[in-house]
Amino acid sequence: MHQLTLAEIARGLADKSFSSEELTGALLARIKQLDPQLNSFISVTQDLALGQARAADARRAAGEAGALLGAPIAHKDLFCTNGVRTSCGSKMLDNFKAPYDATVVAKLAEAGMVTLGKTNMDEFAMGSANESSHYGPVKNPWNLEHVPGGSSGGSAAAVAARLLPVTTGTDTGGSIRQPAALTNLTGLKPTYGRVSRWGMIAYASSLDQGGPLARTAEDCALLLQGMAGFDAKDSTSIDEPVPDYSANLNAPLEGLRIGLPKEYFGAGLDPRIADLVLASVKELEKLGAVVKEISLPNMQHAIPAYYVIAPAEASSNLSRFDGVRFGYRCEDPKDLTDLYKRSRGEGFGTEVQRRIMVGTYALSAGYYDAYYLKAQKIRRLIKNDFMTAFEQVDLILGPTTPNPAWKLGAKSSDPVAAYLEDVYTITANLAGLPGLSMPAGFVEGLPVGVQLLAPYFQEGRLLNVAYRYQQVTDWHTRAPNGF
Amino acid sequence: MALQRSDVEKIAHLARLGLNEGELPRITDALNSILGLVDQMQAVDTSGIEPLAHPLEASQRLRPDQVTESNQRDSYQAIAPSTENGLYLVPKVIE
Repeated sequence: MHQLTLAEIARGLADKSFSSEELTGALLARIKQLDPQLNSFISVTQDLALGQARAADARRAAGEAGALLGAPIAHKDLFCTNGVRTSCGSKMLDNFKAPYDATVVAKLAEAGMVTLGKTNMDEFAMGSANESSHYGPVKNPWNLEHVPGGSSGGSAAAVAARLLPVTTGTDTGGSIRQPAALTNLTGLKPTYGRVSRWGMIAYASSLDQGGPLARTAEDCALLLQGMAGFDAKDSTSIDEPVPDYSANLNAPLEGLRIGLPKEYFGAGLDPRIADLVLASVKELEKLGAVVKEISLPNMQHAIPAYYVIAPAEASSNLSRFDGVRFGYRCEDPKDLTDLYKRSRGEGFGTEVQRRIMVGTYALSAGYYDAYYLKAQKIRRLIKNDFMTAFEQVDLILGPTTPNPAWKLGAKSSDPVAAYLEDVYTITANLAGLPGLSMPAGFVEGLPVGVQLLAPYFQEGRLLNVAYRYQQVTDWHTRAPNGF
Repeated sequence: MALQRSDVEKIAHLARLGLNEGELPRITDALNSILGLVDQMQAVDTSGIEPLAHPLEASQRLRPDQVTESNQRDSYQAIAPSTENGLYLVPKVIE
């Protein structure tokens, strides 16, 4: 049962091959059996799940239908979940039981999804390896000595290990697409504003976006359908109609113009990954796509700009964790300043403290123009590059990551080395564009992802191309040994 | 211009982060390494370029000035470190 995709589960529940309660019980048992090897869950919500499963079965018995009704989900542990610990991977929020549901959590629960638990993540979503979690690192099911990517590393590892078919993640600089690539999944970062950020604990508000992780494009379409839509509670939610993401999955690709940015194939890219990416291009050409080289000349400036904008927004967002209203409070504070400083000094981990300090510095008096304003100007240059490119092509294709999953600990002593792994994903966040990573082969037994980027609100096009690609390839069906 | 230990202490104070003395050299090195990366920005010609704050350049929506939320004080204070009579407690601020 654990091998089933979300689409197969929807059919199985609809034709009464199994009940949601049976499925939920089987997956909870599998999580209990296998997750100790992976550490992909921070919390397993067994009682909540079984209750939701019985309720979903009752709704179906009463005549209700729906692809998500009774299907399992787990949420990255930064989506507030009413009455459930929502830790953000941090000691700061280890004792935080959210007093309300994030919009994404509420929408999927209303659609009848069953929450199996909350998945591990880099602390406050800051990381690319899932090594900065207070709850310990997550292991990559493809090789337990390697990282699964981050920051949605638990969400990725759990789906890759067939603990459940789909999870939610969030992507601020690649945190859905990069772990999807490193664990052989399909992951989608929607257009900024497509999925509500309300109740999603903020890292960098102008970059953060929630989205689905799954084993197939078809499943990403089903889950995105439940997540997307305008939300008045999110001040940056965009009021655009949500199309039927499953309707055009099989649309033909004849004449589709795909751009390959020459900057994506330069120094730093593992040549074996370059070969696999070009092989995926050949497959798409066979399906009718037309390929041309393009240029995104400012791509190299994205990482420096990101490491100003994201920490600056983080330093502001994370000021709310002060030991007063919720979360961790230090023992025996001498005075209010001591309470703030020790609660934050003891509650936040190393990487979070670093980024808060970088952001504080960049926003401090005398430095704002040189750092934050400069970074925002570069942000426009990057967006302009994409706008020019999309006058010539319909989609942009390249590697998701320059390297396959690295060994646990290999980059943890040098923050900048880990930052450089996000070189291909960060630009989509700066420009607010939708991006998808899909499986495209293996290097030494470790998965490789191909990234597709599309103009604003063309998630459906990304899913269409990935779906067609997955009809003629079988990389996405490969499962890691032991899972 | 590299940050000195005293700069890091000042930044940590602004951010209200209590750091261990022993960690300061390591943190100073890490911050300088990150700022070295960030300083690559200064070579980019951005003259005449307007800063971009919101990727779709949307502005904040306004809504009618009406009460839409009910009082959730009890549930919010149930998860607070220390409260009394509906108030959040902190160490004495005024003698």
